[in-house]
Amino acid sequence: MVELKTFRGGIHPPYQKEATAAKSTEDISLPAEVVIPMQQHVGAHNSPTVNVGDRVDAGQKIGSSEAFISAPVHASVSGTVKAIEGRPDFTGAQVQSVVIKVDPSQPPKWAEKKDTGSLSAEQIRDVAKEAGLVGLGGAAFPTFVKLSPPADKRIDTVIINGCECEPFLTCDHRLMLERADDLISGLKLMMRAVGADKGIIGVEANKMDAADALTTKLGGDSSIEVVLLEVKYPEGAEKMLIDAVTGRRVPPGKLPSEVGVLVQNVQTAVALHDAASTGKPVIDRVITVTGGGIKEPKNVLVKVGTPISHVIDQCGGFAGTPGKVVMGGPMTGWAQKDLSAAVVKGTSGILVLGKDEVEYGAERECVGCDKCIDACPMFLMPNFIVKYTKRGKYDEANRFGVQDCFECGCCAYVCASRISHVAYVRKAKAELAAAEKK
Amino acid sequence: MIMAREDKPDRDEKLETEELLTIGVSPHIRDTDTTARIMGWVIVALLPITFYSIYIGGLSTLIVIVMSIAGAVATEAVIQRLRHMPVTIDDLSALLTGLLLALTLPPRLPFWMPLVGGAVAIALGKQVFGGLGHNIFNPALVGRAVLFVSWSKYMTTSWLVNPKAAVVNTAAVKSIDAVTRATPLYTMRLVRQGTLSLSPSGYYRPLLFGNPWGCIGEVSALLILVGLAVLLVKRLVDWRIPVYFVVTVMVLSWIIGMDPLFAVLSGSLLFGACFMATDYVTNPMTRWGKVIFAVGCGIITVLLRFYSNLPEGVMFAILFMNGMTPLIDRYMKPRPYGHGRAVSES
Repeated sequence: MVELKTFRGGIHPPYQKEATAAKSTEDISLPAEVVIPMQQHVGAHNSPTVNVGDRVDAGQKIGSSEAFISAPVHASVSGTVKAIEGRPDFTGAQVQSVVIKVDPSQPPKWAEKKDTGSLSAEQIRDVAKEAGLVGLGGAAFPTFVKLSPPADKRIDTVIINGCECEPFLTCDHRLMLERADDLISGLKLMMRAVGADKGIIGVEANKMDAADALTTKLGGDSSIEVVLLEVKYPEGAEKMLIDAVTGRRVPPGKLPSEVGVLVQNVQTAVALHDAASTGKPVIDRVITVTGGGIKEPKNVLVKVGTPISHVIDQCGGFAGTPGKVVMGGPMTGWAQKDLSAAVVKGTSGILVLGKDEVEYGAERECVGCDKCIDACPMFLMPNFIVKYTKRGKYDEANRFGVQDCFECGCCAYVCASRISHVAYVRKAKAELAAAEKK
Repeated sequence: MIMAREDKPDRDEKLETEELLTIGVSPHIRDTDTTARIMGWVIVALLPITFYSIYIGGLSTLIVIVMSIAGAVATEAVIQRLRHMPVTIDDLSALLTGLLLALTLPPRLPFWMPLVGGAVAIALGKQVFGGLGHNIFNPALVGRAVLFVSWSKYMTTSWLVNPKAAVVNTAAVKSIDAVTRATPLYTMRLVRQGTLSLSPSGYYRPLLFGNPWGCIGEVSALLILVGLAVLLVKRLVDWRIPVYFVVTVMVLSWIIGMDPLFAVLSGSLLFGACFMATDYVTNPMTRWGKVIFAVGCGIITVLLRFYSNLPEGVMFAILFMNGMTPLIDRYMKPRPYGHGRAVSES
C-alpha cells in the first residue's frame, strides 16, 4: 500500500464522479453564435482588435492588451463579428464581449504537428503568451507570467495538478487518460521554460487508472514522478498541493515561486503542448457537464464562447426541473441566474442540480461546533470571521485572517447552521479593499 | 455599433426555466448535518441513561424529567415570541437543555422545582444573552445552580437511598448501610475526617451499574460512557474535553492521596465531563483551547471537592471555566497557514 500524501484540514464531500468518469470526451456541434468576453483571466482587460462586420478566422486574435499581466483572446470559430458589447459573464459582471456569428463550415486547422524539442525557454513563454494560455483549472491566471518568475527565485519543481478534488468534475481525469503523452510533453515544456529539474504529477487516489496510464507513458523517465494523494477536498488548492507533495509552505500573500515551485493544471499543460506543436491558441477546452439535473452527463470539448444553453441542449437537456446551474464545480463554482453566460477559458464544468438538491435550509445561529475550524485548510477561524463581519468589524475579521482565505468553501460545507461563510468573507474583503482606497 | 436588446435571438427562449433557478454563493453542496440533527443525536446519546434512571427511579424521576423539559421548551417559545423572533424550538436545543438539567437533579423533587429550573435555564442561562450560540454559561448548569442555591436542602441533603437501585447492586458494601443517606463523595469525606473507615473500592460496582445515591443522570457510570461512545462515534464532541477533564481529576486526586477510580466514578464528574463541558457554545473553539478548558475544569473540581464545604465541585468548575472561555479563545487563536513557517510540520 502506497502512502498517500495530503495536507491538514479539508473535507470529504460525496464525490459523485461516477456519472462521467468513464465517458470519453465528445465533440459537440457548434452554436449559432459565440460570445467571447475580452476578460477571461486575472489581470488587465483586453481591447477588441476587430470591428463589427469583420470576418474572423478561428484562432485569429480578436482582443489584446499591452499590460504585462494579461492574456489575449482569440476567435474560437470562423465567422462574422456581429456585435461588440457588454454581456454578463458567468459571474454576472458586464464584460465587453465580441459576438461572432458562426460560419456553417469550419475549415480544419492545426493538423500539422511540429517537434517541440528545440524550443528555448524564451520561445516557450512566447508560445504561452501568444496562445492566450491561462490557468485552465479555474483560476485563469496568465500562464506566461507564471512561466516568468522573478530572477531571484529559482524554480526547481513543476507540479501538475491532477487532483481534480472538486466533486462531480472529471475533465482533468479524462485528459490524463486520453492525452497522457501530450500532458507529459506540456509538463516538459514548462520545466524547460523555468529551468526546473523535477516534474511531479499529483493525482488523487480515486484516479488510479490515470496514475497508471501516466506512469506507463513515463517509462523510465526519472525527471518526472507521479505522486498519489489522498482523496480530500481541497487537495488541488495550490498551497495545499505544494504542501502535500513537497512539504513546503507558501507564505501568506506570496506566490509558489517563493518556495521554488510552479503549479499548473492538467489541461493547461495539454494546451501548452498543443500551442507549441500546432500553434493552436486556447479556443476550446474540455468541460464536464453533469449533475442530477442533466439528462446525459458527459465530458465535452467546447469552443470558448459557447453559451451554457447550447451545451445543455447538446447533453440531452434538463432532467426534471433544474434547481441550480453552476459554472464550475460545486464547491467554488458560480450559480447562474440564466443560461446565457458563455463558457470561458477557466470553465471546468457545468453542474446542474435538481430542485430537491438545492434546498438545504435557512441560516441559523452559530452554535460553536467548531467544525469549520477543523475543516479550514488555512487554519483560520471561519466562525469568528463571520461573527465580526456581521457586526461590521472588518478590521477584526482581518485580524482573524480573512485575507488568507481562498474561499474553498469547506467551512460552509460542514456548517450545521447553514452559514454561508464565503459570502461573509467576500463582504469583508470588499469592505477592507474599499477602506484601503480611502 | 451596440445592438438593441430585442435584436438578439435565442436570448429569452429559456426564460421560463431560468426564472426558477436558485442563485447563491458557493459552495453549492452542503453536509447533511443540521443543528437539529446534532442536538437529536446528543439526545439519543442520553437515552440509555434516561430510560434506566426512569426504570430505577420510577414515576418521581419521570416527573422531574418531563417538568424540566416542559419548563425549558415553553420558556424558549414564550421568550422568542416576546422578542418577536422566529420560534426555534424545532432545533431541539431547548429540549436538550431541559433533559440535561433534569439529569443533574435529584430523583425526588416537588414537581414545580424542575419546572422552575428549566425556565431559569433558558431565561437566565440562554435568552438573556441573545439566545442559542450567544450564551456564556451552560444553560442547564445555570438552571441547576439557581436551584442549588435557592433550595439547597432539596438539592443536597434529601438524597434517599433508592430501594430498586440497591437491589440491582447487591454488592454495595454492607458497611455503607450505616451512612446510606449520604452520597459516596460525602461518605468519603467522613472517611478522610476519620469518623468512618471504609474502602472506596466498595463503591465501584454500584456506581458503575446502579447508583442509589446520586442525581438522575448519575445512576450508572457505564451508561454515561455508552452515551459518550455515541457522541464520539458520531463525531459530535471533541474527545479532548472529557478525556483531559477526567484524567486531570484522576491525577490530582491520586496526588492528594485519594482513590483515582473512585474520584472518576463518584459524583457528577463523568456526566459533567461527557455532556456538560462538551456543550459547543460554552467551551473554547480551538483544540488547545479545549485542552486548557478541560484541565481547568479538572483542577477546580478537585479543589472544590477536597478544599471547600461543598461535597462536589463539577458544576461550579464548569461554570467557572465557561466564564473563562472568551478569554481562552482570545489567546488560543490558531496560527494561519504559512505564517512564520516555510516548511510543513508533518
